[in-house]
Amino acid sequence: MGARVMVRQGLFTDEDQPALLGSRCTACGAHHFPRHDSCPYCSTEDPVPTELTGSGTLWAWTAVTSAPPGYEGEIPYGLGVVELPEGIRVITRLTESDPAALAFGQAMVLRVVPLHADADGNDVVTFAFAPGEAR
Amino acid sequence: MSGVVISGVGMHPFGRFEGVSTTDMGVGAVRAALREAGVVKGGFQAAFCGTAYGGVATGHKVLSRLGMTGMPIVDVEAGCASGGAALMLAAGAIRAGQYDTVLVFGTEKMPRGIIRSSFFEPWQEEAGLAATPSFFGLRAQRLAMTSGVTKDHLAQVVVKNRRHGAMNPDAMYQKEITAEEVLASRVICEPLHLFMLCSPNEGAAAVVLTREDRAGASDAVPITLAGAVLRSHLPGSVLSESTPLSGLTDDTVPSPTALAARAAFEEAGMGPADVDVAECQDTDAARELISYEEIGLCDPGGSAELLASGATTLGGRLPVNPSGGLLSKGEPLGASALGQVVELVRQLRGQCGPRQVAGARTALSHTVGRGANAGVVILTR
Repeated sequence: MGARVMVRQGLFTDEDQPALLGSRCTACGAHHFPRHDSCPYCSTEDPVPTELTGSGTLWAWTAVTSAPPGYEGEIPYGLGVVELPEGIRVITRLTESDPAALAFGQAMVLRVVPLHADADGNDVVTFAFAPGEAR
Repeated sequence: MSGVVISGVGMHPFGRFEGVSTTDMGVGAVRAALREAGVVKGGFQAAFCGTAYGGVATGHKVLSRLGMTGMPIVDVEAGCASGGAALMLAAGAIRAGQYDTVLVFGTEKMPRGIIRSSFFEPWQEEAGLAATPSFFGLRAQRLAMTSGVTKDHLAQVVVKNRRHGAMNPDAMYQKEITAEEVLASRVICEPLHLFMLCSPNEGAAAVVLTREDRAGASDAVPITLAGAVLRSHLPGSVLSESTPLSGLTDDTVPSPTALAARAAFEEAGMGPADVDVAECQDTDAARELISYEEIGLCDPGGSAELLASGATTLGGRLPVNPSGGLLSKGEPLGASALGQVVELVRQLRGQCGPRQVAGARTALSHTVGRGANAGVVILTR
């Protein structure tokens, strides 16, 4: 079995109760994901790194039914927007790939899920939201 | 804005053309536009070429073939709005007194299938976060929530545009389609079915802009370029065409299309009620309806009602996409915005035969895409 590698470092923590790695602007207070070195809203430099809440509510969702360019994972897969308590909406994979099984405003929780095996046999993982409450 | 007229237009049909190069198509469209404008070698002082996938010096290759070089030739990439961006730059240069006559064209051969964009980082592709149609699907779902748009409405947009496209010899699909056929096509990204999405394809379009007082050389009815505006996104909207990874829980951030439309109307000194005919970005069926609301052709939330009223069908109060739109023509990114302008110039001149909008005097075109970039052009006769 290959090693477990993140699709990209610095996006999320790979733990039992994972978190998205964001930042918060010291001037306007807006939160960002992923981490920024300037606030995209007010242009103030050096936002503070922060871990974002690992749960939220579903705001929009669909499923991708054919593999887009550069994607080697499973088809179909869920894709949507989850609202976090920090006042931001995040584009994310969803563990549920049947749009009919999801509802607006339902509770969602962050997970780390397998994507595919890379050329070296490593298991590539990424962040995704699943239906359910935070533990 | 005034003082700038369109003195000639030309087009290479949109479709798939085996063995015809990006340069070939550009040459065809440019020749036609120059001929119509009565402009010969040496008759224009600058050229702007819209292209996103054409590669290095796309514009130079076209004009080298025609033996018309020496002047500045600038390639312009602004995603789906590349042609609109080129038009804005050309119009601004004429207004500033820099040039009398400028050639604007766009030419493109798109790869097949889901558009691969160098915009995305490799990890975004790997994680499945770079599937362009999925963002269209998410926007369509939000439109369903905010405006009561159903799958039947989405199918009706396709039926309408394909009916128009059946009368356009430059369109890729010249065959009508029924709502049942649209809804029977496979789901790509819920709620969007295959036939609700436009096909990336190939084509070229060209426009000659001239200072109003120098437009005498053309026999064609001069059409006034009353507004040509390009805008990018403001941060905050998670489903903006800027395709961010996150946004704010704030639904009041104006979209790039709303910004561009507002500025274009201001430049032209008119408003949405003045528009007689429009060409709107219908990359997918929902996008056309979103455009109605963002441009102000209806009130927020009113797009389904405007569509269902028949107003936006040929014969209605405000026909939208009389050319058949991108749903019929397909979308060659660098050429699509100028393709809209070619259609609207011909509409204002009364040259569109069975798809002619009777008595049209004011026309609006709209493109929006990656960047984000939104372009709005207003034409009058």
